[in-house]
Amino acid sequence: MIDQEAEQLEQAAGRLTELALEHGLDFFPMRYQVCPAEVLYSIGAYGMPTRFAHWSFGKAYQRMKTEYDHGLSKIYELVINSDPCYAFLLDSNTLLQNKLIVAHVLGHSDFFKNNAMFAGTDRQMVERMAVFADRIERFSHEYGSDEVENFLDAGIAIQEHVDPFVRFGRSEGFREADGGVKDVIGYIAGHSRYLEEWQREILYMLRAEMLYFWPQMETKIMNEGWASYWHLKLVRELDLSDSEIVEFAKMNAGVIQPSPGRINPYYLGLMMLRHIEKKEGLKALFEIRETESDVSFIRNYLTKELAEEMDLFVFKQEEKVYKVTAKDVAEIKDNLIRSRTNGGFPYLTVKDDDLHGRGELLLNNRYEGLELDRKYVERTLPLVHRLWGRSVHLRTIVDGREKTYMYDGKQLAG
Amino acid sequence: MDKRLFVIARDDWSLHRKGEIDQERHKRKVKEAIRENLADLVSEESIIMPQGDKVIKVPIRSLDEPKFRYNTQDKPQVGQGQGGTQVGDIIGKAGDGEAAGPGKGREAGDQPGADYYEAELTIDELAELVFEDLKLPKLKPKAAPDLTVEDVRFEDVRKQGMISNVDKKRTLFEAIKRQALSGGLSGAAAWSESESDYGDAGGGTAGEVPSSGTSDLAGTAAQLGLTLGLHSAGGTSYIPDSGAGVPVLGPIIGDDLRFKTWEDIRKPQSSAVVLAMMDTSGSMGSFEKYVARSFFFWMVRFLRTKYENVQIRFLSHCTEAKEVDEDSFFRKGESGGTKCSSVYELAHAILDADYPPGQYNAYAFHFSDGDNLDSDNPATMKLAGDLLEKVNMLGYGEIRQHIYGSKRLWESLAGLNSPAFVQAILKEKEDVFKTLKAFFGDEVAAS
Repeated sequence: MIDQEAEQLEQAAGRLTELALEHGLDFFPMRYQVCPAEVLYSIGAYGMPTRFAHWSFGKAYQRMKTEYDHGLSKIYELVINSDPCYAFLLDSNTLLQNKLIVAHVLGHSDFFKNNAMFAGTDRQMVERMAVFADRIERFSHEYGSDEVENFLDAGIAIQEHVDPFVRFGRSEGFREADGGVKDVIGYIAGHSRYLEEWQREILYMLRAEMLYFWPQMETKIMNEGWASYWHLKLVRELDLSDSEIVEFAKMNAGVIQPSPGRINPYYLGLMMLRHIEKKEGLKALFEIRETESDVSFIRNYLTKELAEEMDLFVFKQEEKVYKVTAKDVAEIKDNLIRSRTNGGFPYLTVKDDDLHGRGELLLNNRYEGLELDRKYVERTLPLVHRLWGRSVHLRTIVDGREKTYMYDGKQLAG
Repeated sequence: MDKRLFVIARDDWSLHRKGEIDQERHKRKVKEAIRENLADLVSEESIIMPQGDKVIKVPIRSLDEPKFRYNTQDKPQVGQGQGGTQVGDIIGKAGDGEAAGPGKGREAGDQPGADYYEAELTIDELAELVFEDLKLPKLKPKAAPDLTVEDVRFEDVRKQGMISNVDKKRTLFEAIKRQALSGGLSGAAAWSESESDYGDAGGGTAGEVPSSGTSDLAGTAAQLGLTLGLHSAGGTSYIPDSGAGVPVLGPIIGDDLRFKTWEDIRKPQSSAVVLAMMDTSGSMGSFEKYVARSFFFWMVRFLRTKYENVQIRFLSHCTEAKEVDEDSFFRKGESGGTKCSSVYELAHAILDADYPPGQYNAYAFHFSDGDNLDSDNPATMKLAGDLLEKVNMLGYGEIRQHIYGSKRLWESLAGLNSPAFVQAILKEKEDVFKTLKAFFGDEVAAS
């Protein structure tokens, strides 16, 4: 980047920061980092500048980097929920692109700081994850990298099964109606009689990372909608040249355009927020960004009018085609909410850790209208066994009937 | 803490290589997974094209990170249209297991993406995996002047050479021997002696052995990694502490140095000729031809990758046999009846004319659908039997999609009671890999 442009970016960022403050945004101090594509994509793949090594991140990195190299997709920016808030800008961005991004990430930073779901997240996670990475690397030296990788494979397989309620300082987590424990990974880390200390430590680290990322999964639509709302508003208040206005319109369209067939969270979130603003004013938006998650946001604010305006519909696979089956807003809401509930992951709880008096583990899948993919059960249950060390059972619903899968270390039954 | 509202930094990221490192790890895993799927891949239609740098896509199920997830295949999902979408509209085609249209969600847990990972590799990379355990069976060393490989072997030891090739063990041995012969070790004396000796040797080998002064010599000793005996730290002095009463090694002098030297050697390689014989008659349908060509495609590639100068001759036949060039062999089909004996006759003729048995390892591989003229079976069997006298191995592959096909050629050939004869039935595309292993695998090679 030439000096002149660097200076212009400095000025624009200063102006956008002032505008954001004037509008009442309340964000963490911003730390922008201009970096090359490889770095941006590696941070994108790991979710952090420094995180433990695992082949799955390498796979994500390769895919993102390849798509970028072939011009299929491009990440302009990455922002991290931390205090100060780190935002990474691609070094090939134009000045105008960077203006939009600065405005966009100010929205994210405000959301991170004020949305209730994020209240319990560790704002020093950048440093903590680097420490985790160090620990895991040390384990690799001590116990062998294959050994550690195999263990990580198993831990990662159940890493989504945490209890987000513990982030508010409730150590027992959510009191499940059925008496189960939602924090499957934490429970196994604490109660498996088979694990060694370093293995428990890895599970606790995976759990801490997941709890940190969890609010981002449950507020994707709102968070992106909010950031898009603000980049539109703030950039329009800048003095742009004619050519910049055209470029801005193009880029904005690329970000928020509805992609045929699927839901674009940027677009859905933005449309809903604007709709609410029209009816209830800007103040209501600030309240919503503080209290809602995607599930409640959709439940409370997705109206028939909006669904029609956005041409939302329910579709499903019939024979060899995807067919539209409903346009009814209630049905749309139900399906959207279901796909956002529990981060979109099946709801599992630990029901028993001494099944049949033999120390066997029973996991219960709370059925919410969607059945589990059997192929994945077949491959995942053996990994849970690797953690528990004894037979593991998974109770769920198949074809409307209760069914229990079991893996005893040799084969899968059920 | 820095309380400024914003800072724009441009750090040096050149050492940030984490992504690349884990990408390598992932690539290794992909390779392992591909190895498990070779049978499917070898018969992949798109591969049988003679372009080594062509990239193929390989679906690998096991590299998708396992986790519990919903089966959303035929479950309702929410989509968005451009306006005016009606109930009953068709918005996309469902792929066969592949993520299609709306299912192509990339957000975790949002919508199911592809349930497998697609690896990309070139045919050369794939070939390397396929050929890992293959070799020409029963290969015997035979002399043919033009088939030699250059090899390099360290088998001589000399007093002069490059310091990087120094033979530590022998040098030490020489030093010990010299000192033992000179009647014990006296540090200071040995040291001064070494100086003069070294000077002489150094003069003779200027440029290769360090040729000046004691510190260089000590440096040499340090390079040798000497830790024998007691010597003061720093590595510049090897004067032993005579008071310690421990037998120690004195200095190494120029004369002690021994160097490994290599020689270019040309050893006779086992020379070989391979006859690729294929039935191209009308009864060979597209499946049969495809399977036969797949086999030969890999065979030719394998021979060329692993053996220098192996000659491959291409013979195709219907009722008559003829030698064809490689391109026609892989591309052209014929029609008409089948007389397998014709190709065996041609094989005899070629071997007799060009490949004296004492100088070549000969191999013949014949692929047919087995639908031979009945009256020709005895002749074929006789010729095949005779051919076994001339070749190290005869492989016969019969492509039989339906079990009720004619088995008479197969049965007559089965009467050939020779360890050099190997038969294989190919019923489906995946059998190509099995046959490659059967013909070029370890089991045959060991027998």
